[in-house]
Amino acid sequence: MLDIQNLQVVFGTGRLRVDAVKNVSFQVERGASYGLVGESGSGKSTVLRAICGLAPISDGRVSVEGKEVTTPRDQAFYRTVQMVFQDPYASLHPRHTVDRTLSEPLAIHGEKDAEARIVQALREVGLGPSFRFRYPHQLSGGQRQRIAIARALILRPKVLLLDEPTSALDASVQAEVLNLLDELRQKMGLTYILVSHDLAVVAHLCERLLVMRHGEGVEETTAAALRSGKASDSYTRSLIQASSGFSRDGQKTSPALAV
Amino acid sequence: MTKPLLEVEDLRVRFHLRTGIVEAVRGVSFQLGRERLGIVGESGSGKSQTGRAILGLTPPPGEVTAGKLTFDGIDLLTASKRTLRTLRGGRISMVMQDPKYSLNPVMTIGEQIIEAYQAHAKASRAEARDKALAMLEAVKMRDPGRVFALYPHEVSGGMGQRAMIAMMLVTDPDLLIADEPTSALDVTVQMEVLRILDELVAERGMSLIFVSHDLKLVSSFCDRVLVMYAGRVVEELEAKHLRQAKHAYTQGLMQCLPTLANDIRPLPVLNRDPSWAQ
Repeated sequence: MLDIQNLQVVFGTGRLRVDAVKNVSFQVERGASYGLVGESGSGKSTVLRAICGLAPISDGRVSVEGKEVTTPRDQAFYRTVQMVFQDPYASLHPRHTVDRTLSEPLAIHGEKDAEARIVQALREVGLGPSFRFRYPHQLSGGQRQRIAIARALILRPKVLLLDEPTSALDASVQAEVLNLLDELRQKMGLTYILVSHDLAVVAHLCERLLVMRHGEGVEETTAAALRSGKASDSYTRSLIQASSGFSRDGQKTSPALAV
Repeated sequence: MTKPLLEVEDLRVRFHLRTGIVEAVRGVSFQLGRERLGIVGESGSGKSQTGRAILGLTPPPGEVTAGKLTFDGIDLLTASKRTLRTLRGGRISMVMQDPKYSLNPVMTIGEQIIEAYQAHAKASRAEARDKALAMLEAVKMRDPGRVFALYPHEVSGGMGQRAMIAMMLVTDPDLLIADEPTSALDVTVQMEVLRILDELVAERGMSLIFVSHDLKLVSSFCDRVLVMYAGRVVEELEAKHLRQAKHAYTQGLMQCLPTLANDIRPLPVLNRDPSWAQ
């Protein structure tokens, strides 16, 4: 479904040059869910942004359904690939109603029957038609993220790029959104690429994942291996350890982290 | 047992807004000795406002009332502004969530620490400077001299937060209130900052109030945990007994987190019972 080969993203030139992503490669099959994990600045979000055209592809290839993407992306691309952003407080237009937010992608792609599609999209994310004429400030964080997911799904894409979709939400709301994403994937046969710093979230939603650090892929592993604590790379191990909570048993910061 | 350092009884924080009165904290009571106390809750539960009210930092139009609010025998509600100023930053200090917003962007880190120290201690500049450098070393800065001269935008989030801890601890406070001190940091950096905080708190025999939304983190870090919901304490328990939590809200909060250890789907969601807020 998705094939990333030696992807490089470079910002700036000369002294200001930043290699945000260096030689990252991975493939995602149809209907699979792939995770990208790492700390801030590891380039995980930049990979997503490069796929959907928000960051330049400096070198390497990105292919969707066997076809290499064009720059700028064409309309057909956005019918296949859509993105959900991290902060639902920032990614919805504050002065557009839910109805207007959801009708925009339909208008851009010349879809008919907007009204029925909007009501259906709301139902799919577990919201009633009463939410249609509300403004974002009249919604809670979890409801906003549901609207953002509805907006991404309204064009019936096959791939969903999820950039930290739950990190701005409370724990109990996070569970609801994760369950929704799980359910939608099964029902619609979607392919996910999930970016998160939370190993438990990635292991919950994805089968395979890539651990990233300083713009490079450190280790590709599976959720099952992660759960059983098997990791060949010391950096991945330290991430697993950090995610299990604070411990007072005097182990010093592992050498892999002391950079 | 010796007299507790901080006594809070029936603390209430109200905001008088155009749309009516919002009660953010509704009758919180607890006592704090030389220990690490965690306050946990979701956004809007009043956990941060509790921490702020103790320091007298409730933003207007907020109003604080309490049956009793004393720190080491001093009544914080009736104390003069002058007394409060000597307490704040001197004997009680607070570490905020995001170093990006809580450090002064146009002052070097060293200057800020010196300023904090000289505000509370009679010390020459040279003394203050030595103290600041020692403090930066205590928070494990690899090159204190270099960090001293840097501006906040020149350091990473983890370093900024460590600088902030250095600044807050330079006056040797008796009580440290940490409001989500590691939420803006990466997990691995989080552990490093917590370890430093833990060492310093133990070394200096300080009391700590740790405010956070992360139940797992708090329970592994603190001795005792208060769980807040809608402005009230719904449960108080020993951190090591968290697994035996009685209240449905605490149990729900723990279960709805995905874990690496077991794979449960769909994740149990929290069904909010209106009676919890009563």
